[in-house]
Amino acid sequence: MGIMKSLRRNLSGFLKKLFNKENARIGIYGPPNAGKTTLANRILRDWTGDAMGSVSNIAHETRRARRREGVNIRANGNSLSLDIVDTPGLATKIDFHDFMGQGMTEAEAKRRAKEATEGVIEAVKWLDNLDGVILVMDATEDPYTQVNVTVIGNMEARDLPLLIVANKIDLPESSPSTIREAFPQHPMVSISALEGKNIDTLYEQISKRFG
Amino acid sequence: MDLLSEDKLSMMAPVEKIRFIIDEVKRGKILVLEKGLTPQEQADLIEMTMTNIDPEDFSGIEMESYPTKSDNSILGKLFKKGIRTRLTVIGPANKLKTLRKDRDLITALVSNK
Ligand SMILES: Nc1nc2c(ncn2[C@@H]2O[C@H](COP(=O)(O)OP(=O)(O)OP(=O)(O)O)[C@@H](O)[C@H]2O)c(=O)[nH]1
Ligand SMILES: [Mg+2]
Repeated sequence: MGIMKSLRRNLSGFLKKLFNKENARIGIYGPPNAGKTTLANRILRDWTGDAMGSVSNIAHETRRARRREGVNIRANGNSLSLDIVDTPGLATKIDFHDFMGQGMTEAEAKRRAKEATEGVIEAVKWLDNLDGVILVMDATEDPYTQVNVTVIGNMEARDLPLLIVANKIDLPESSPSTIREAFPQHPMVSISALEGKNIDTLYEQISKRFG
Repeated sequence: MDLLSEDKLSMMAPVEKIRFIIDEVKRGKILVLEKGLTPQEQADLIEMTMTNIDPEDFSGIEMESYPTKSDNSILGKLFKKGIRTRLTVIGPANKLKTLRKDRDLITALVSNK
């Protein structure tokens, strides 16, 4: 049994290398507004020259997962080819009134809420199809949330690599150390996806964790 | 507020468990789960919650649990029971507000509206 299993794994690893078709698939996860798409855009701009999707200060801007294949990242003297999936922000509640408070009509707000619920379901389903996760947290917010706990727990249960990103460290009220204290068992990088601060350290960690 | 013992929940199949929790929360109940949910069950509960959101009367749930603690005992490692879930509070989003939470304390506020 064990031998067959490892044989099969070696074979599939060998075939993968031979045809170089399948890259490691990395999902960018986190609560709404954490800066997932801002980060995805930066990674894509740095390594491919194009962008992933639109960014907004209104939550649930991303309501469909987007995948970009074959992003070549070079760090630590290695080159790594990844498929990057930008996922809709995960939430346990979505209230259309919140969107109306941000200037949308009732119809618009209800539609965004409906699409947002579908986006959350899609993001949860993607968890079954990944080789690793970058979990983005807004370092100005409380990290002890169900969304963070659920993503981390699912990666641990699947024995898959996880990298925590403490984002928005350009803001004076950010506190990446709170995130570090909350989840000490996982590697973390503090960045500003908006300004690009510390982004090279992130690429080094990506190469180390997912390479 | 209902306190659910591990015994009661462990008798249910995972689908039943999630359905039960959603139904209770939609009726306005706040549940305290002695042992919490596995990461897979948490993900299933989030999915099921999204399916049940209705602009007129259900905006979702508030759910607070602790980060899982890895079981570092020799027995735990031997049996690969690395993931332990912990106490969890679940309620309707419009009733339950978490005030504060740190590694070992959940402070929840229950409003009566
Ligand atoms: N100050 C600061 N703002 C940021 C940073 N990264 C993202 N933002 C802002 O945060 C808001 C949300 O960014 P998005 O990239 O859309 O966030 P998201 O996680 O993709 O959000 P959803 O798609 O809604 O889940 C936008 O207003 C961004 O400009 C950062 O590093 N610093
Ligand atoms: Mg987004």
